[in-house]
Amino acid sequence: MIEIESARVSFSLGAGEEHVVLKNLSLSVKAGQTVSIIGSNGAGKSTFLNAIAGTVPLRSGVIRIDGVDCTRQAEWERARYVGRVRQNPLAGTAGDMTILDNLALASRKGPRRLKIATPPAIARRMAEEVAQLEMGLESRLHENVSRLSGGQRQALTLLMAVLSKPSVLLLDEHTAALDPANAEKVSALTKHFIQEFGLTALIVTHDMSRALSEADRIVMMHDGEIIADLSGKEKASMTVAGLVDLFRKARGRDYAEDRDLLR
Amino acid sequence: MIEGILVEGLIYGILALGVFISFRILDFPDLTVEGSFPAGAAGGAMTALMLGPKFGAGGSLFLVVCILCAGLIAGGLAGFATAEIYHRLKVHPLLAGIITMTGFYSINLRILGGKPNLPLIAGNPLLDSARSLLNGMLSPEFSLLAASMLAVLVLFGILDFFFHTEVGIAMGALGDNENSVIQAGINPVRLRTLGIILANALTGLAGAIAASYQGFADVNFGQGVVASGLATVMLGELVIRSQYIGVQLARVFIGSILFKALMYAARSWGYLAGITPNDLRLITALLIIGSIALSKMGRKSS
Repeated sequence: MIEIESARVSFSLGAGEEHVVLKNLSLSVKAGQTVSIIGSNGAGKSTFLNAIAGTVPLRSGVIRIDGVDCTRQAEWERARYVGRVRQNPLAGTAGDMTILDNLALASRKGPRRLKIATPPAIARRMAEEVAQLEMGLESRLHENVSRLSGGQRQALTLLMAVLSKPSVLLLDEHTAALDPANAEKVSALTKHFIQEFGLTALIVTHDMSRALSEADRIVMMHDGEIIADLSGKEKASMTVAGLVDLFRKARGRDYAEDRDLLR
Repeated sequence: MIEGILVEGLIYGILALGVFISFRILDFPDLTVEGSFPAGAAGGAMTALMLGPKFGAGGSLFLVVCILCAGLIAGGLAGFATAEIYHRLKVHPLLAGIITMTGFYSINLRILGGKPNLPLIAGNPLLDSARSLLNGMLSPEFSLLAASMLAVLVLFGILDFFFHTEVGIAMGALGDNENSVIQAGINPVRLRTLGIILANALTGLAGAIAASYQGFADVNFGQGVVASGLATVMLGELVIRSQYIGVQLARVFIGSILFKALMYAARSWGYLAGITPNDLRLITALLIIGSIALSKMGRKSS
């Protein structure tokens, strides 16, 4: 479960001016819910995820995860219960280390011990885990991650993010940098992991039809604000065209370009 | 001659291990080495001088351990200083290292009792015990070689184990992609501090051993050690390619022995080509350039 109350994020432009990216944004997500976040470029979607993960600090507001106020916690502290996959497949893994070492790193959150990281038992368990990706990586555990393709690497990053069953999973356009076939595969894996572990997930995407089909709830952002929040029947009866209409209505003529929204 | 090269190669290989850990594993170009190496030398020599008379200069094991620990601690403190400067002031690693290195010049002079040079004439417990290993069953030269090999093997074993532990793996990931460490819920600042301390503690240890081997500690011991350490690491990488940490650690010593052999050759027969000892630094610089160029060419062709 995650609760965000009046989150405000801004960057100083100097001379007392500031650029406000999130305007007193509030959102409450129930445990096990999958939320798609859509909106045009610059709407503040990525900043929103960054604020939850602790990459950017809040100017004001509160973030609670499973009831615990984590507003002041550093990114690495929050990472103990926040799993995250970014758009860049290189961002989440250590390329010059083996698949097994990367998995061992991610399998347990928190301080490290002076114990061998990958004893045979762990290696066997990780081989089973990575076999779920159905990419043949289980036989390549001792290869460096830099030798994987973008799709394989992103699938591995996803596995590393869910391995410790985080309270919240944040996905920031995590299939956007992949070719269609791999994007499809990673999306299917995402769905599989969210269901298997009953994860609470926030997914930023530009793919409307995927947002509609994969999420329990759709949140539309514009200019640092939530302009629509659909769930239940409302969401079930929504179509891609309907989303575009909704967007037009909410923002007026200035942002009526479909391209802006669908990009 | 050959024993001399091997012993020097092994001793300075420990220094190069420090350089390897900071430059390669942590991806932290650390110049602190130029301060932590003489700090270890000064700490070790002063410990020998002060504790020697109390425990008998012949070399008790306790005294040897004290000298080695003095080197580790002196170097580790220099590393801690650099890590704090880097993290708290958020400056470039090179600047953090330069600040520490500059400050430690004065600190090292203080450790040495205000003199730039401290000879170990009265007693050199570390060297004496290394030479009389196995109670004189070997000649002093071979005993020294055996002691160096023993020390290096123990160190190799400890580090190879360390880099297979959870902490060691995380340290490797930190230099590779800090984000992957943050995602694992690890404090990257604390982990990097630990790594920089480890690297410089090893350098300090090498300084303490080198001072015993040379028979004196000198405040200028550190001059040029970053470059020679780097040359050593790169020579090793040129000779042996591997992604395995154990091999990577071992090849530092192979590179170090090669480097010392090259330097010995330049000193002994360089005059045939008009090379004087004054040119050794230039040779070191050219070695680094050559190693980088060769490894780049190798990468293109493969």
